[in-house]
Amino acid sequence: MDFSVAFSAAREALPYMLGGVVWTVGLIVGAMLLGLLLGVPLAVIQVYGPWPARRLVGVHVWVFRGVPILVQMYIFYFGLLSWLSQLPLFAGLGLDSPFVAAVLVLGLTSSAYQSQIFRGAIQSLHAGQLKAARALGMTDRAAIRSIILPQALRLAIPAWSNEYSILLKDSALAFSIGVVEIMARMRSVASATHEPVSMTFLAGIIFFALTWVGVKALSLLERKVRIAGYTRQGAA
Amino acid sequence: MSMTNVSVPVLEGRSLGKTLGGNRVLDGVSVSLPKGCVKVLIGPSGAGKSTLLQCLNFLMPPDSGSIWLAGREVNGKSRRELCSLRQQVGMIFQDFNLFDHLSALENVRVALMKVKGLSRLDAGERALAELARVGLGDKAALYPANLSGGQKQRVAIARALAMDPKVMLLDEPTSALDPELIGEVLAVIRDLAQNGMTMIVATHQISFSASLADEFLFMDKGRVVEQGSPAELLGRGSASRTQAFCAKISELTGETEAECRV
Repeated sequence: MDFSVAFSAAREALPYMLGGVVWTVGLIVGAMLLGLLLGVPLAVIQVYGPWPARRLVGVHVWVFRGVPILVQMYIFYFGLLSWLSQLPLFAGLGLDSPFVAAVLVLGLTSSAYQSQIFRGAIQSLHAGQLKAARALGMTDRAAIRSIILPQALRLAIPAWSNEYSILLKDSALAFSIGVVEIMARMRSVASATHEPVSMTFLAGIIFFALTWVGVKALSLLERKVRIAGYTRQGAA
Repeated sequence: MSMTNVSVPVLEGRSLGKTLGGNRVLDGVSVSLPKGCVKVLIGPSGAGKSTLLQCLNFLMPPDSGSIWLAGREVNGKSRRELCSLRQQVGMIFQDFNLFDHLSALENVRVALMKVKGLSRLDAGERALAELARVGLGDKAALYPANLSGGQKQRVAIARALAMDPKVMLLDEPTSALDPELIGEVLAVIRDLAQNGMTMIVATHQISFSASLADEFLFMDKGRVVEQGSPAELLGRGSASRTQAFCAKISELTGETEAECRV
């Protein structure tokens, strides 16, 4: 293998590959946000909700943790969303786009995992926190918003950063329904240039860089919102 | 009965019963707190002291019996009545239960804003005044992790006082403290009592509570087994179970029996 040829091919392909980063970042931001917006209330319901609601959340978690993302993407893109977009109510909303399907699938799957991250964080708090809030006359809603979640969300950041790095790589599956993210571009450049090895490497490096940036940013956030003097048991 | 009638207790629990995990933790306990009185709950651990206190503000709903606030029965099913009851009944916990993510000031301020609806500024001012009252005006910016146990408990007392409670429930307020920090918390409690706060305190600080209490309630196995003034129960010649129990505690904590007698 001629490294200089491989290197210059990779360098030539770089701008096109980086164009895929926009789509990947779009997928991951959309999916993490959707997962967060659903995951937090799902966790709260699972800890504090009445049993029928807890059961429903349980079903949601089982389904989205249990069905492979690739299978879900096919179901959503070729089935559910293409059918929905033909209904007059949803016409013209762009529901039949592969990007929308990929964000929904990744976001819903992530909401199942994130709900378990937040559930664990809420349950790790001392029961006295909620008791003290109630004893002051706070409603459960106010206590959860001002006392429980601010602490639980802080504790959840390390696990959340883990979820980010996993979801980032899962987002590569979106190429299978036609989102032109990094993976999709890698395949088309590889076949056009007959340089599959260098292009695969390039894609790997780009994914690694995105993981590094995101995880670093979250660890900065973790330090920034750390409670003064507060260390978890076992920490120095 | 009229609300202004002075004989109406501020807070009253009637025939409270509670079963937890098959254990009869409270077995028909009645307790009444007239305005300005200080009652002290003593008894071995597992006697139901903590459960009784938590039933009085529905943190633990009683299985049977009723709670009366200023002569009106509290409906434990109504969220509004519960929140109103709990605003008027301050509670102090053994392990403080300060909100770990909030500074001392924010700990006192948060319920003033979220429950009483005060503005951030007004709530902050009030919170600072309450912290000053327990001698912590200069610690307002510190987080719980940077406060000593005694300071944490005083913040907790300031937090409860900020809600203008009509009565305070204190659940072993000094039991989690190092011996040298107990005094500062007891001083605040004494101050409260002398200012006429109605209180019920579960504690093992016998000589302290004997000097403060209008009445001792000795609990065992979910029942109040003895009830009377400290002088009656602990006085010379008394053969009460309370006296025997207190003598045992005093032996362990190094208080002489004379200190235990009133």
